[in-house]
Amino acid sequence: MQIKESSKVYDVVIVGSGAGGGMATKVLSEAGLKVAVVEAGPYFDPADPAQRTQLKWPWESPRRGASNIRPFGDFDSAYGGWEIDGEPYTSTEGTKFDWFRSHMLGGRTNHWGRISLRFGPKDFKRRSIDGLGDDWPISYEDVKPYYDKVDKLIGVFGTKENIPNEPDGFFLPPPKPRLHELFLIKGAKKVGVTVIPSRLSMLTKRINEDRGVCFYCGQCSRACSVYADFSAGTCLIFPAQKAGGQIDLYVNSMVREVLTNDEGKATGVSYISKDDRKEYELKGKVVVLAASACSSARILLNSKSKQHPGGLGNSSGVIGKYLHDSTGASRAAFIPDLMNRDTYNEDGVGGAHIYFPWWLDNAKLDFPRGYHMEVWGGLGMPSYGFGFNPNDLNEYIGEKVGGYGDQLRKDVKKFYGSVVGISGRGECIAREDNYCEIDPNVVDEYGIPVLRFNYTWSDHERNQAKHMHETFEKIFDAMGGVTLGTRPGKERDYGLATPGRIIHEVGTTRMGNDPKKSATNRYQQLHDVDNVFVVDGGPFVSQADKNPTWTILALSWRTSDHIIDQLKKRNI
Amino acid sequence: MDRRDTLKSLLIGGIGSGLILTGCQPSPEEKTLLEKPSENQYGRTEKEKAHDAKLLGEKFFNDHELATIAVLCDLILPATSTAGSATDAGVPEFIEFIVKDITYHQTPIRGGLMWLDNRTNKQFDKNFISCSASQQKQLMDEIAWPDDAKPEVEQGVRFFTQMRNLVLTGYYTTRMGIDDLGYKGNMPNVWDGVPQEVLDKHGVAYDPEWLAKCVDQEKRTTIAQWDDEGNLIS
Repeated sequence: MQIKESSKVYDVVIVGSGAGGGMATKVLSEAGLKVAVVEAGPYFDPADPAQRTQLKWPWESPRRGASNIRPFGDFDSAYGGWEIDGEPYTSTEGTKFDWFRSHMLGGRTNHWGRISLRFGPKDFKRRSIDGLGDDWPISYEDVKPYYDKVDKLIGVFGTKENIPNEPDGFFLPPPKPRLHELFLIKGAKKVGVTVIPSRLSMLTKRINEDRGVCFYCGQCSRACSVYADFSAGTCLIFPAQKAGGQIDLYVNSMVREVLTNDEGKATGVSYISKDDRKEYELKGKVVVLAASACSSARILLNSKSKQHPGGLGNSSGVIGKYLHDSTGASRAAFIPDLMNRDTYNEDGVGGAHIYFPWWLDNAKLDFPRGYHMEVWGGLGMPSYGFGFNPNDLNEYIGEKVGGYGDQLRKDVKKFYGSVVGISGRGECIAREDNYCEIDPNVVDEYGIPVLRFNYTWSDHERNQAKHMHETFEKIFDAMGGVTLGTRPGKERDYGLATPGRIIHEVGTTRMGNDPKKSATNRYQQLHDVDNVFVVDGGPFVSQADKNPTWTILALSWRTSDHIIDQLKKRNI
Repeated sequence: MDRRDTLKSLLIGGIGSGLILTGCQPSPEEKTLLEKPSENQYGRTEKEKAHDAKLLGEKFFNDHELATIAVLCDLILPATSTAGSATDAGVPEFIEFIVKDITYHQTPIRGGLMWLDNRTNKQFDKNFISCSASQQKQLMDEIAWPDDAKPEVEQGVRFFTQMRNLVLTGYYTTRMGIDDLGYKGNMPNVWDGVPQEVLDKHGVAYDPEWLAKCVDQEKRTTIAQWDDEGNLIS
């Protein structure tokens, strides 16, 4: 097969168009650089009627929004999932990692929860606090100016709370809590759990003339057709194009490897077009990888050459290692005081209006890192699954379960909005022996060798999950609720979700000052190859008990500024 | 005659009196329900569209099975003075689709329907749909209440539970079901907190300090500006 070369030479080739790639596209193109963005999936614009799912009704889907085709349901705006036809991955025996990929312009930012949190000062220096993992080579002060800029550019609502490790920012005002959230606030306060307004990147107030304001449909997971929530396409790439940026989008283009010259420097990338299944090459002076932590590691490990026999930038051997996802455990409760509700439109924003940051001191606990909690409940729009076991809750109020006829309708209304849930999301310790690597035996449908995962939880995470369940139960009890289900025991890892399920995986190209122990430096630049940068979650040294996107955005902006500076100085 | 027309006419052999009446002159809502989803109606990719089209072109249940499903639908959710029945809402069509799409439903539902006929044949020497209303009710009472059911009808209880789930989920995901439930969202609006009478009814109140930090909806379209300390000043 002949590989087709493009004659055009870009200043920067960016692989991936999610949070990291979107931000790099915006900042680098605005600096006047010629940019190619290579995206594995199709073009996506939530305002396009052919792609829009926002404000659709359940009956517009013949499966009523069930989650058998798209893993978060028919109306969710992620093309992909934990399993993608033709793009397998494997795991070593006895371990499991579920890898979520979303191939489309904007990547996973089209459907994410928009929980937009800054890492705190302690989150960059965990080893100094508990001796586990490693410190980042940078501190909160290095990133703070970029968090500030991201807040103002993209918009995030929240409140100044002066909590030491939960830094405040430039916030839009938050929405008022919903009814079940008032119950949760009451319960949390009774048992001494900190509760504050959520911090979500949705526009409760206009931020510029290009984007609309939230109209409270509660469907951010469907991606907003007026661009009132953050997606990398709508908030970074489209505005950069509109501003006249020299940006060529290569969609449906699956990158195989980074190409290098005899000196071992990157010269561009090769990719396979999913449209014609042919391989192409793109030339660039700088390559920025933003394909997601594991995809970028895969590309680097597959980019073998005489100069880089173990994969590009992998002289340390750490690429793929220190992979870590957030921990997760969840529980639901029935709240009798929320029975027989009057109905009104409480869709609100697409997520909880309240948030529980980590509130305890790990020095006094049997696990080293914290977790935050997210909540759900309310008078949601029915979709497939609504009405299943419609009156099982009768068991708790002394009435009969089952039946048929008019009584069922009454029971459905009686219990509508009376169940709430809490999910814990915690920090996992990054370990060398949790990794992804190239499986020597398996390729995907494009002939690209695939990843093999090796991932296990340790007691650090198990004990944390155990504590989560204890907390859930305390809060539910304090709300006058009945916790549903039984508390999972040790045999079920205390209910810990399978690694990868929380979709916060980071760490595969971790940054550090020592080239022997890290893949990238403090500017997310490969130690071994000075014109290759990684701006997704790969360079994270530790995950914090916070969602990674806001930090990916801030660090991508910081790296992009560095690239512009280095190009000006002709250092790369 | 397309498959959906076939389905409509064969329901007449069952108990679908609601459908006989509306079958000639479908209400606008019902018409929408019975139409095949149009292209791009809910933001499908090409691959997803092809999957839907393939399933919509296939037939899983035979006529007798569909007629039995229709009878069960309206025993589980009969019409009320304000809301239509499960067949009025097109639930049998939903069930036909969903078993093709979520295939683990196929054997338990198909087998359960046969279990039902076997049971009524033994008891009344008739298929379920040919039984009188009181005979049907007698059988339903055997299998609709899991805690009271005899061990010998455990398979029937399982089947009925699964069928009831599909009927309810199929119903409450239609316009008719959503109106009956009272869900009021899925439209542009401005959320400004829980209505006072609802707060009073449930005995909760907003904390004034918390409320003071929340969005002033009068100023939602004013472009945000901050001072250097991050305080919103617009």
